[in-house]
Amino acid sequence: MENNPIESLINSPITEGPIMEDVRHGEEGYVDMKAKMATKDLTVSYAKVQALKGVSLNIYPNEVTALIGPSGCGKSTFIRSLNRMNDTISVCNIEGQVFLDGENIYDPARDVVQLRTQVGMVFQKPNPFPKSIFENVAYGPKIHGLAADDEELHGIVLGSLERAGLLDEVKDRLNVPGTSLSGGQQQRLCIARAIAVRPDIILMDEPCSALDPIATKRIEELITELKAEYTIVIVTHSMQQARRLSDKIAYFHLGSIVEHGETAEVFENPVDERTADYVLGRIG
Amino acid sequence: MREATQGSKAAPQKRFWTERLIMAVLILCSSVAILTTIGIVASLIFESIRFFQIVPITDFLFGLHWSPQMAIREDQVGSSGAFGAIPLLVGTLLISAVALTVAGPVGLMSAVFLSEYASSSVRSKIKPTLEILAGIPTVVYGFFAAIVVAPWLRRGGEAIGLDVSSESALAAGLVMGIMTIPFVSSISDDAITAVPTSLKEGALAVGSTRSEAIKKVIIPAALPGIAGGLLLATSRVIGETMIVVMAAGLTAKLTLNPLDAVTTVTVQIVTLLTGDQEFDSPKTLSAFALGLMLFTVTLALNVTALKIVKAYREQYD
Amino acid sequence: MTELAFKGPSAEQLRRRHLAEKRFRLFAISSVFLGLAFLGVLFIIVAISGADAVRQAKMLLTISLDVDEFEEGKNSNSAQISKADFEGFIKKSMRSSFPDAKTRRMKRELSKLVSSGAAYELREFILTNPNQIGEEITIWVTASDDVDMLLKGKLNRDLPADLRQLSDQQLLWLDQLMEQNKLEMQFNWTLFTKGDSREPEQAGIAGAMIGSFYSVMVCLLISFPLGVLAAIYLESFAPKNAWTSFIEVNINNLAAVPSIVFGLLGLAVFLNFFELPRSAPLVGGMVLALMTLPTIIIAGRAAIQSVPPSIKEAALAVGASPIQAVFHHVLPLAMPGMLTGTIIGTARALGETAPLLMIGMVAFVVDLPTTFTDPATALPVQVFLWSDMPETAFAERTSAAILVLLAFVGTLNLTAVILRNKFETRY
Ligand SMILES: Nc1ncnc2c1ncn2[C@@H]1O[C@H](COP(=O)(O)OP(=O)(O)OP(=O)(O)O)[C@@H](O)[C@H]1O
Ligand SMILES: [Mg+2]
Repeated sequence: MENNPIESLINSPITEGPIMEDVRHGEEGYVDMKAKMATKDLTVSYAKVQALKGVSLNIYPNEVTALIGPSGCGKSTFIRSLNRMNDTISVCNIEGQVFLDGENIYDPARDVVQLRTQVGMVFQKPNPFPKSIFENVAYGPKIHGLAADDEELHGIVLGSLERAGLLDEVKDRLNVPGTSLSGGQQQRLCIARAIAVRPDIILMDEPCSALDPIATKRIEELITELKAEYTIVIVTHSMQQARRLSDKIAYFHLGSIVEHGETAEVFENPVDERTADYVLGRIG
Repeated sequence: MREATQGSKAAPQKRFWTERLIMAVLILCSSVAILTTIGIVASLIFESIRFFQIVPITDFLFGLHWSPQMAIREDQVGSSGAFGAIPLLVGTLLISAVALTVAGPVGLMSAVFLSEYASSSVRSKIKPTLEILAGIPTVVYGFFAAIVVAPWLRRGGEAIGLDVSSESALAAGLVMGIMTIPFVSSISDDAITAVPTSLKEGALAVGSTRSEAIKKVIIPAALPGIAGGLLLATSRVIGETMIVVMAAGLTAKLTLNPLDAVTTVTVQIVTLLTGDQEFDSPKTLSAFALGLMLFTVTLALNVTALKIVKAYREQYD
Repeated sequence: MTELAFKGPSAEQLRRRHLAEKRFRLFAISSVFLGLAFLGVLFIIVAISGADAVRQAKMLLTISLDVDEFEEGKNSNSAQISKADFEGFIKKSMRSSFPDAKTRRMKRELSKLVSSGAAYELREFILTNPNQIGEEITIWVTASDDVDMLLKGKLNRDLPADLRQLSDQQLLWLDQLMEQNKLEMQFNWTLFTKGDSREPEQAGIAGAMIGSFYSVMVCLLISFPLGVLAAIYLESFAPKNAWTSFIEVNINNLAAVPSIVFGLLGLAVFLNFFELPRSAPLVGGMVLALMTLPTIIIAGRAAIQSVPPSIKEAALAVGASPIQAVFHHVLPLAMPGMLTGTIIGTARALGETAPLLMIGMVAFVVDLPTTFTDPATALPVQVFLWSDMPETAFAERTSAAILVLLAFVGTLNLTAVILRNKFETRY
């Protein structure tokens, strides 16, 4: 935990107030010093639409945190704020703080490139580059200069494909375009691309929504394996998936988190009426 | 009621024939474009054949000397070497190369700025302003090239000890390049905006800087569209007339030095056909042979370019 | 595990990449800036140079119109008046103002201060005021272009005498005229009311403007109906077969054919085959029409495509024939888009030069054209012709002609933009 200097937490303004273990009802946010990432009063708006209204959440290392909630409640907005992907949208305005290892990633001095290397992302629709499979995975390590030579690069690529569970399927056609793979393979290629730069955290926004059940199963297995090495945040519309995969869960409603906590607890014993309706399948 | 019914029975007959007539007129109008093409091809080929009866086609295509003035003297009609088109081709390509060296990168980078860096309000102001360049008549560019740019280059060259011709390929090419910027930029802009945002986000999400995402992912993905645009720009630059008529040279010289004066296919067509002309002289007919060459080359470029651009659009639709 | 721990790019590597990012962005910005700067420089240079052409040096002459010089004296009719020696009047007037011009050479220098067009101006004056015959009149006549250049500061007095267009003696006379307020700059009406001339001070763009007007009129009259009807056919009625797609490919390619090739077509077909008159705006307009047609068809089809099919279907549902549905309901809605395309095409045709050179609209035409078949030039051709003239005075007139041309082309394009914005989001 040397990445998580307590000092910076103490010095930062948000640490006024008690630092507590995870709080079940997240209206008042507390930044937990054990959290890998944490948001504090995160408010995001697109021009006039307010997509997030003061969201505070702790995300713990080597856990899968699932974000659920009805469409348009701000899940994607939230997850995209965690690696400053929202910066690319000119009308997007962000207030509040997001901490990574105790440091605010919205600090003007913070380097977005470095941040995104540390916080990787996998998107809803598989988006391989129109390049070969090898080049897709090698892209990140290459631009960051992570490999000293071709051999090391090769090792990284193969290792990442291996870890993404794709290597066996593609190892003798690394030079075919990534776009020629099936949807499920493409998505695993994107995961390989993300882990090739050795991030700490992987963000996944509905990674299985474009996939069939078998491909989904493979990705789910993969996520469970990856948990040992990475911190994972995943958005999903599937209650079963959330339940199967996640350790923690946060339920979003109209731009706020109305309930969050241990997955089993939230599913078995939802406190909030709206959460109950949603997770028990009464609405949504 | 009964009358009305009868009326409407009679009407369709009349309506039928009027509509047949209207349809015939419509078809006729849309075939004018075809007729134009036929007219162009027929007249160019017809006159060219007459030319090649006097001057062998091989002399025209492979000859290294162009000097049509000599050939109008009786004793020299068809004299070999006088109608060699190679120097004109080289001159045309030289000036086009200068133009594309300017318009290619500058147009592409303008498109990159407009589509990737500029805010939408800046974009909505700068894009139309840049497009004014495309609306300026080429004769104005020609004037500017001949009266302003060429003397500047000449004096600039003198200052650093270079001998720049006052009708240098550089002056005409530079100005032609600037003229082509908005063309390249708007096609590249279309191609870049057609690249799905998800690709750009994919690149950014593994920690690319913007320029890395643009250079390594967006532009490669947009490349077919950009390449098609560049081909169209090439065809346009090759066929451009006024700038070279006003700023390039008249005498054919086989050189690749952009500081020299060269002449182009279009310049020769204009010089051969303006002023006194006797119609059946090889001098006049050679203009049509040059026209045929110009038409063939630009057509080939256009067909290829339009195919590429179309295939590219379908890829991301 | 350790092998997997987050490493990320090194600080040094990051620094270099951010620097590269800055350079790239700078390159992108300078590219845009280059285009804009050129535009600015072009406008400024042309405007500064063209502004001078709006004024012209004029000289006040006192002329006694001796009755004897006219055939029937005070009762002379127009024809008889026209026979008078107007040049003589002007020379005499100049000599009486400067009696010191004794030698032949001095006399010649003296008369060179006035434009050779002054005689025509005097004739015009007497023709409109025949009652002045026998009187002493004062009249502003056009000074020569050298005098004009001197007054505009474009002729350097400090040069050695043999290097400048005006001699010491001439400068002396001009200074005297200035002192007597008999030499001043006035609005250059000639530029906007006269045809071409070899003498810059007598040259105007009116002939070229009329030629352009006629050509563009012919172009519009042909290309607009043809283009609109062709667009309607191709978009609404044409069967989807190989022939139709051939027409489409053909039109797209025609739009990219170099304009000079259209000129060759005009020369071979209209002039040599149909033997239509050379240098006529009629032929110019026809060539421009063929050139503009693809633009109008392409814009027209886009305009029809943007009309929702539900509108046509609604008309069909109430019993209209397909032709009625298209002409009554689709066409009116597509019209703004078609007009926009037509205006843009017209603007391009107005600025087009090369094809007009091919059909001989590059002649030296002094008289203003009055019909579609009179020899004429066009505004851009005039720019081309004048830009080749050695006299400095032509340079500013070229710029002025460019300004007028840009004003017309700009107005047309602006109209198109306004039209497009006004009708853009209707559905
Ligand atoms: N680029 C954008 N511009 C403007 N508004 C946006 C943008 N992206 C999202 N929004 C708005 O922000 C709100 C939250 O959107 P968000 O995409 O975060 O929802 P979501 O929870 O991910 O929904 P879904 O489950 O459908 O993906 C919505 O009201 C949406 O309309
Ligand atoms: Mg979403």
